[in-house]
Amino acid sequence: MADLNVGDAIAGLTVTPDKYLPHRYAGASGDFNPIHIDPEFAKMVGLPNTILHGLYMMGLVARSATDVAGGDPKALKRLSVQFRGMGAPETEIVVSGTVKSVDGDTVVVDTVAAQGDNQTIRNAEAEIRV
Amino acid sequence: MAIKTEAIGKEWPATTYEVGKEKIGEYARVIGLDSPVYFQREAAKGAGYRDVVAPPMFCVVYSAPALGPAMFDPEVGMNFAAMVHGGQKFEWGEPACSGDEITTTARCLEIFEKDGKGFYVFETNSVNQNGDQVVKGTWTNIVRGV
Repeated sequence: MADLNVGDAIAGLTVTPDKYLPHRYAGASGDFNPIHIDPEFAKMVGLPNTILHGLYMMGLVARSATDVAGGDPKALKRLSVQFRGMGAPETEIVVSGTVKSVDGDTVVVDTVAAQGDNQTIRNAEAEIRV
Repeated sequence: MAIKTEAIGKEWPATTYEVGKEKIGEYARVIGLDSPVYFQREAAKGAGYRDVVAPPMFCVVYSAPALGPAMFDPEVGMNFAAMVHGGQKFEWGEPACSGDEITTTARCLEIFEKDGKGFYVFETNSVNQNGDQVVKGTWTNIVRGV
């Protein structure tokens, strides 16, 4: 495990969800809210098009946080996020973060998920046991 | 218009979800997780897990059956057409593994109005078949124009 210091950038990740990703996430998660999978319904309720599941993007933030501990799932002890901008399929998502505190083997990381200037997840704070 | 708050403190019946190996794999693939601990029993056991292990955020899968009735309860009275998922917090304990039977209870923590928006905060608590705490979730939904 590389030494982590306050202010260090984490590796983060970049992913472009394809057009059908929300369908696969709906199946995997059980969340079939039509705003994520039906463009006509999404437009009817005032959205520009279907939007990504917030919890899918939180899943990416969690993936990036566990990567800090070499990808071990039990290393992630706590994750809190605020959902802000809506995420769109077929648009690159960049998850980035910095180390906020280090206390023994406990590291707290601040993370953001964004599509361009649109921060879809803000103030994500992950506590990781490294 | 005053927001309905009588559901604060209400608890809903517990639900039990049996975690399956292929369901874990399906979820992991969608998130882009490729570690063998999510797919192969031997790899998971080699890493110290009881069986194929669920990614932390798989908790949304086994928590949802308990949360659904809470969110749709007329006593809560959320207007879904104007609702967005505002925030989410999870605190994890014992990892969830294939074969686990996870029991989740949901409770309404808070309902309040701020800046013309309604805030509905629910808590889920998930425990495995051995009585170990698996995850505690705090779900914040925001309804515009209450």
